[in-house]
Amino acid sequence: MIKVKNLSVNIGQKPVLKQINLEVEEGTVTAFVGPSGSGKTTLLRTLNLLQEPSEGSVEVNGSVAEAGHISKQVIAQVRQNSAMVFQQFNLFKNKTALENVAAPLILNGQLPKAAARQRAQEVLEQVGLGQVAHQYPVTLSGGQQQRVSIARAIAVRPKVILLDEPTSALDPELVESVLQTIAALAREHITMVLVTHEMEFARQIADQAVFIEDGEILDQGPAKELLSGDQPGRISTFVNSLEKVEIEK
Amino acid sequence: MNFDFSYFLSLFAQLIPYVPITLLMAVVSMVLAIVLGMVLTSFELTKVTPLRWFARFYISLFRGMPTLVQLFIIYYGLPQIFPVFRGIPALVAAIVGLGFKQSSYLAEIFRAAIGSVDDGQIEAGQSLNIKRSKLFFHVVLPQATVNALPATGNTFVSLIKETSLAFALGLTELFADGKMLAGDSFKYFETYLAVGVIYWIIIIIYTWLQSILENALQKPYRRVAHVVDQSEKPVREHRTETSFETN
Repeated sequence: MIKVKNLSVNIGQKPVLKQINLEVEEGTVTAFVGPSGSGKTTLLRTLNLLQEPSEGSVEVNGSVAEAGHISKQVIAQVRQNSAMVFQQFNLFKNKTALENVAAPLILNGQLPKAAARQRAQEVLEQVGLGQVAHQYPVTLSGGQQQRVSIARAIAVRPKVILLDEPTSALDPELVESVLQTIAALAREHITMVLVTHEMEFARQIADQAVFIEDGEILDQGPAKELLSGDQPGRISTFVNSLEKVEIEK
Repeated sequence: MNFDFSYFLSLFAQLIPYVPITLLMAVVSMVLAIVLGMVLTSFELTKVTPLRWFARFYISLFRGMPTLVQLFIIYYGLPQIFPVFRGIPALVAAIVGLGFKQSSYLAEIFRAAIGSVDDGQIEAGQSLNIKRSKLFFHVVLPQATVNALPATGNTFVSLIKETSLAFALGLTELFADGKMLAGDSFKYFETYLAVGVIYWIIIIIYTWLQSILENALQKPYRRVAHVVDQSEKPVREHRTETSFETN
């Protein structure tokens, strides 16, 4: 489904990702974990070619993007296969929830307008937001906006959904509704790659975890084991540091 | 106080027939300014360096010179250098001069309005494989229009008042007629006050119309009663016990 080979990304002169190799199987959930600034989001963005690779290649569902040879056609092919959910939702502010979900279907010519709107309504109902379909993003809570954003991503029936810290911008009490929506997609075996700091969530829904630090993959393997906090090495220090915060008075 | 109130009132009947010419100049100049402003903005945002330079030069030039000087250059100066402009009607010269001048302001307003639409929405659209041109027309432009409206309205308000400069080209519009009436009657205060009041009323009416338009266009961006559905009831205290198991 996804194959990343010898991928390096430099932003300006700074190497952000170094020689990344990774495979994601169809129907699985992969969680990228690691400290802030480690390159997780850059790796996720590279899978959608929002970030151009400096070296190596990214393959999504058979479409290969090789550094230095990335045409508009390749970008279109990769993006046809993947859809992204952003930390800040990034909904189109001038469109209602329904119009947001229908927009890619209409503007890409995937469906006629009426069929696109019907599909959008169905997907909004799937994420539990049928009743706010005609509201504008500004009138929705953060959690609702993020679920609309997830609906927009799944409406185009991508082969893989990429989620960049989908709950980081939410108030704590709104996080769970979004996590439940993502878990429901995982139960349908939709391929997903997500960047998250929600360790318990990642442990429960991810098949594979990838620990990234300083632009390198330091560890990867089954999520339940890798994120248990019992593994030797740096990852356990990281996982345990997230879960055991003690503040001295 | 020697204020002739009945003369003041009688002036309106003589001045109002010149309102249409004032409005015609303002509206046509504004349309010209909007079209030119959009072209200049597209030049400013392009990657083609000579076009960017041209836009910057144009904006700098037309913002940097007094309006009256520009009108004189067009009406009196151009025919001297280019005979083809000889006999250009004063109305056309005024419209072109005012349109060119205001386009330089509008280009900056439009550029800022486009820049104020956050990049995240463009990025989200791109990630969904929507073409940039379609994103521009369906996502960026509608939002930029709303953002640009107040400042564009201010430009139009200035333009309505600047049409009074056309009297200097010999065009009889609202202010020029007032000037003649004042000269005839020597009642300068009453006459210029009546002229000022008419401009003021025009601008009040326009401002009211603009506020209606702004209200209509701002509907998507207005926060109304917040809707929180049942699935978003606070769950913080249960987070550690929540199960997300997939099988």
